[in-house]
Amino acid sequence: MIKNLFKFPGGVHVSQFKDLSIHEKVEPAKLPSKLVLPLHQHIGAAAEPCVEIGELVLKGQKIASANGYVSAPIHAPTSGTIEDIGDYPIAHPSGMSAPCIVIKPDGDDKWIELESHASDYSSIDPSHLRNIIRRAGIVGLGGAGFPTYIKHNPGPDGSVDTLIINGSECEPYITCDDSLMRDRPDEIVCGIRIIKHALNAKHVVVAIEDNKPEAFQAIKKALADFDDESIEAVQIPTIYPAGSEKQLIYTVTGKEVPQNSLPINISIVCQNIGTTAAVYRAINHGEPLISRYVTVTGDIHQPKNLEVLFGTPINELVDQCGGVKGSVRRLIIGGPMMGFAMHQLNLPVIKTTNCVLIDAKESKAFKTRDFAMPCIRCGSCAEACPAGLIPQQLYWYSKSQEFDKAQDYNLYDCIECGCCDYVCPSKIPLVQYYRFAKAEIWKRELEMQKSNTARQRHEFHQFRVEREKAEKAEKHRQKKAALQAKENANKDDIKTGKEADPKKAAILAAMERAKAKKAEPKNTDNLTEAQKKLIAEIDAKRAKQRNAASQAKPTNEDSKDSNNS
Amino acid sequence: MSLYTPSSPHFHANNSVTQIMLKVVYALIPGILLYVLFFGFGIVMNLLIAVVTALTCEALILKLRKRPIIPFLTDGSALVTAVLLALSVPSIAPWWIIFIGTAFAIIIAKHLYGGLGYNPFNPAMVAYAMLLISFPLQMTTWPLPLSNSNDYLGLVDSFVISFFDTASAGFAIDAISGATPLDYLKSQLGLEQSVSQIMQSSANFGLLGGSGFEWVNIAFLAGGIWLMKKKIISWHIPVATISSLIILAFIFYIYNSEQYASPFFHLFTGATILCAFFIATDPVSAATTPRGKIFYGVGIGILIFVIRNWGGYPDAVAFAVLIMNMCAPTIDYYTKPKPYGHR
Repeated sequence: MIKNLFKFPGGVHVSQFKDLSIHEKVEPAKLPSKLVLPLHQHIGAAAEPCVEIGELVLKGQKIASANGYVSAPIHAPTSGTIEDIGDYPIAHPSGMSAPCIVIKPDGDDKWIELESHASDYSSIDPSHLRNIIRRAGIVGLGGAGFPTYIKHNPGPDGSVDTLIINGSECEPYITCDDSLMRDRPDEIVCGIRIIKHALNAKHVVVAIEDNKPEAFQAIKKALADFDDESIEAVQIPTIYPAGSEKQLIYTVTGKEVPQNSLPINISIVCQNIGTTAAVYRAINHGEPLISRYVTVTGDIHQPKNLEVLFGTPINELVDQCGGVKGSVRRLIIGGPMMGFAMHQLNLPVIKTTNCVLIDAKESKAFKTRDFAMPCIRCGSCAEACPAGLIPQQLYWYSKSQEFDKAQDYNLYDCIECGCCDYVCPSKIPLVQYYRFAKAEIWKRELEMQKSNTARQRHEFHQFRVEREKAEKAEKHRQKKAALQAKENANKDDIKTGKEADPKKAAILAAMERAKAKKAEPKNTDNLTEAQKKLIAEIDAKRAKQRNAASQAKPTNEDSKDSNNS
Repeated sequence: MSLYTPSSPHFHANNSVTQIMLKVVYALIPGILLYVLFFGFGIVMNLLIAVVTALTCEALILKLRKRPIIPFLTDGSALVTAVLLALSVPSIAPWWIIFIGTAFAIIIAKHLYGGLGYNPFNPAMVAYAMLLISFPLQMTTWPLPLSNSNDYLGLVDSFVISFFDTASAGFAIDAISGATPLDYLKSQLGLEQSVSQIMQSSANFGLLGGSGFEWVNIAFLAGGIWLMKKKIISWHIPVATISSLIILAFIFYIYNSEQYASPFFHLFTGATILCAFFIATDPVSAATTPRGKIFYGVGIGILIFVIRNWGGYPDAVAFAVLIMNMCAPTIDYYTKPKPYGHR
């Protein structure tokens, strides 16, 4: 049982704005005229299409297979025709396009035949459970999108101490997990029990921020039905970023995940609320992951949560929620603290899209970045940093491009939560500087690797040239030495040695070689009498022909001459 | 059409450098009011001259440095420097003392080192040290508290004293000025008097420290606590400075109370409170890590005690702060907190 919680350092209290979207009933998003499914919706390798243009697919049919260990398959969210496989704009901050599969829904929404695995998951072997989860294309729905089945490997011990179910949802505005906990607590609890079984976890803690009392009560009630004392729900204090994996682990267990390490190394696994429900759907109903709850909120007329099929364009979600109040200034995918601002609205929802946040030009909640004042070293950022870093020093060294010093100050322990940036009185875009520094360091490392390879190649080339030269010289020297030794032996009286004419020596050497060749046995030696006779006959024939030819030649030349004259 | 795509976070707290600096000034107001009550309007003249000089110099040099004038002029940092310097200089000092000091603080100590955020030393203290060394007479002629002087200095009197001289205002300089308690104590101790004898011999000593000044200091203390509550300053530097000074003073007081003044005296005379809450806490020139702030504050407390007792100057705040400013980068380097996952 959890006796006491731990307070991680730093963090900020941010206005929540969760009331905007939590009170409306969750409704399914309208079926769009087209679903655009990016092949890369998760951490790891992009999936590979396993359907062709023009093919008819059913809801839940696999349309792209996992490519390697860290990857996930993608399934058709509804029945329809594959219209295209090609590059389309995706929800990426750079505004780039990437390979997608486009489905034109037929409106029937006809499921593929589903294989319900078991109502009693405990009879299923954990490795088989992992396979089902893998085949269902389930990835972490909290935002990172790491393939779930990999996380469900309990490691060498065969069990984990603590499974933490992350229901904290600490970013402002987002309420999709909250809604899910209120709507489907039984599915979540079922999913939790399945994951617990897959991981052979000793304890399970469902951590919910104390600003979601309804969700907490719902989960508690669902848990009570099972009477399993090893699973408990706890309320954790509302402070951003309580839902960040490392900070949540500290809050619940008081343990820190060592640097460059994973939670599993300290026998802890974290799972998002949404993921647990998806696991339940996959195991008990055989349904692959094809939809999710998405919070559509911000400066729109009816902010609410929608259950959205992957591939649905964001602008249609916004329209369904009553449209924008005013004109759109920015679209944030995710929350206001860590979400990414996108270039346009016509982008598909993917597995990791938890929130669509609209900021209108008329809005007062959001501000555009003003003029940044110099850092006054007030240290507010260090007080707010949940990773225990000194953001102002990181900023200083990132700005001056002293990247080795930035790494000295543990730049890579920065989780980019934005707390430092939030509290900065000088309004310095700190996180942007850290991202720049990280990208620059990666780039430099890559360049260094490249130049190292080039240098190694060049050095090897040089070495080979030198070696060949040396080998040639050595051969030459040996030959010369051998020749001189011979000359010395043959002509003791003549003074040769180093003064000998090289030309003469060469001629001499050639003569020697010819002699040696002559001395070599030929294939005409040791022939039988019959063979010798045959050779003699052939030779005679050839001689005759040669004679004939030599006689004919002058006449030819004569006629040529006469023709010319 | 492409939307606005700034880097996250998209939310920001409603704060600014200006707000921080203004709150520091607000926290000084009660002390300033008591100052006026006990010592007359001289301090108001000081403040006016300092603020006008500071803002003018700031604007001029920003223009020379081709920096945007409005955001930097309104950031409040020059205002804070001006107010702190004005409070450090005797309130009956001539106008040019404050003018030279403030110009020096803004132009030399602040902008020649790069302006806001880049100055390694506290500009007000650099200017104070310069003034004390260059004009020792004017810098040590402090007004007597109202109770001990026959005349109250009104606004007009203060103006005349500032821009002309004491005589023009109709005052005898000896009637309104005197040595500060710290100065008096130091010189009398040099004459082999005991602390208790000295305290009784002069009406300049009050219950806790210097008469009049002790109340001003209590008001500064209240302002400082308000700043801590508003989270403009953290507790580390004030607590470390005050406690190290008190502990040292207590040890020596116990050892020989005839030779060493009481901890209360050290706390409520001179610029101890002003230093601990307002001067040493200047974020730009102080240490910034939590542990570093404690070392920094302890260093200042020790230096104040050492210089007051064995140094050449009666008060020591400026020198203590400047010396610890020098140490701040090194302190920060060695007191980095352990990041998450490094334990």
